[in-house]
Amino acid sequence: MTDQQHSDTAARQEWMGLMARAPEPAIMELWDAVAERPAFDWLRKPEIGGVMVRGRTGATGAPFNLGEVTVTRCSVVLQDGAVGHGYVQGRSKAKAEVAAVIDAMMQTPAAEVIRATIIDPLKRREQTARTARAAKAAATKVEFFTMARGED
Amino acid sequence: MYVAVKGGEKAIDNAHAWLAEERRGDTDVDELSIAQIREQLSLAVNRVMAEGSLYDPDLAALAIKQARGDLIEAIFLIRAYRTTLPRFGYSNPVDTGTMRCDRRISATFKDAPGGQVLGPTFDYTHRLLDFKLAADGDAPHAPVAAPRQEDTPHITEFLKGEDIIQDEVFSDDTPGDLTREPMAFPSNRPLRLQSLTRGDEGFVLGMAYSTQRGYARNHAFVGELRIGKVSVEMDIPELGFAIDIGEVELTECETVNQFQGSKTEPPQFTRGYGLVFGQSERKSIAMALVDRALRWEELGEDNLGAPAQDEEFVLSHADNIQATGFLEHIKLPHYVDFLSELELVRKLRREAEARMAPKEAAE
Repeated sequence: MTDQQHSDTAARQEWMGLMARAPEPAIMELWDAVAERPAFDWLRKPEIGGVMVRGRTGATGAPFNLGEVTVTRCSVVLQDGAVGHGYVQGRSKAKAEVAAVIDAMMQTPAAEVIRATIIDPLKRREQTARTARAAKAAATKVEFFTMARGED
Repeated sequence: MYVAVKGGEKAIDNAHAWLAEERRGDTDVDELSIAQIREQLSLAVNRVMAEGSLYDPDLAALAIKQARGDLIEAIFLIRAYRTTLPRFGYSNPVDTGTMRCDRRISATFKDAPGGQVLGPTFDYTHRLLDFKLAADGDAPHAPVAAPRQEDTPHITEFLKGEDIIQDEVFSDDTPGDLTREPMAFPSNRPLRLQSLTRGDEGFVLGMAYSTQRGYARNHAFVGELRIGKVSVEMDIPELGFAIDIGEVELTECETVNQFQGSKTEPPQFTRGYGLVFGQSERKSIAMALVDRALRWEELGEDNLGAPAQDEEFVLSHADNIQATGFLEHIKLPHYVDFLSELELVRKLRREAEARMAPKEAAE
């Protein structure tokens, strides 16, 4: 892979991951504000399924099967031929559809607008939520102190 | 043996209608919403996800509502639903080293890098009923401090440097999956861990406790316990690369166990491992203790004949859905079986009485 392909892949991984993890209401609120929504055809209609999550023995050893997580997936093609895939956590077909259309739009000239109106806000939202939790965790960190024994 | 019994349809329909009414309870009291169960009974939701072996908080909350709070019944509902889902694939193994930790403690290293982070714990509470919760309306706020930005390293990493702890041998072998192939014995550690993580919390706890009380004691310290969210990543064939398909909350426990050495292994620390969906601390620690007890053979330890060392005993009885299915089936009609037993006992009784009678007459 060339460096360009690497960075394209990394960018797509980022927005697809954001769509997978973001709560449905957060995505829908942003999507509802998008004025130009393209027409599309289904390549694969939304389908609810399970993915078996794996862990590793002792965190770093051999893989084992931990349990499943619900996932909804679908694929769309826009009229200009751009193909988009949605793989999102949970059982919302509507969320999967929006994720697939956004994935397709991110490969068209609409990408800049979608990035500014959907991807970046979702990223900021996730970061804010994670930071808020980390801040609460930090407040519960134990600060040990040693009693002075007064020997000097 | 069961025979088809006809004639109960009406009674069954009416029983289910009454069940629905009882589930709702007093209609003067507000109905519970799925969101309320998900947000305010989250540890029950976590248990149903862990033992139902399906991570979906809304579904688990629905199951708890439908089951009137009977968690094993709720787990049964989730297991049944799970079997209807097409399997899209298997995730890459989650990297718990990148966990966004809400809680992270070590009982072995006070000054571990990353610190002792208590998180939202019941520990150090006085276990006194809080009658303030019986009144409505309080929305407490937790204090905050400067958040940690970087990943929190695993405690066992520090012991590895000294070569004093057994190494976990990395591999990318495909693990067995007991949801696809029935368990067979002897099994292996990946299958044991899959079985334990979905096993009944009470059973796994009891087994772990038995090791602490001396039935194959394994001298466990909680080297580390961490709770938080990790991303779940899967290879997508149509893309040709992996993407995050979501994130799950996990509880991970690594025990560090004293080990005198055996015929095959030098003295060192050994390890037990627990990893469970949700905030499931008791289960995760128990899982790690039982995992360690079941590793006796690979470590060249003696088989002490303790229940927790017997993988067939532990794994065959850990699943509460299998157990409850077999246990509760005996309440279903067994009229024909019982009739034949009744005939048999009557016959034996007649024979015994016939044997006794002449003796009595002779005396």
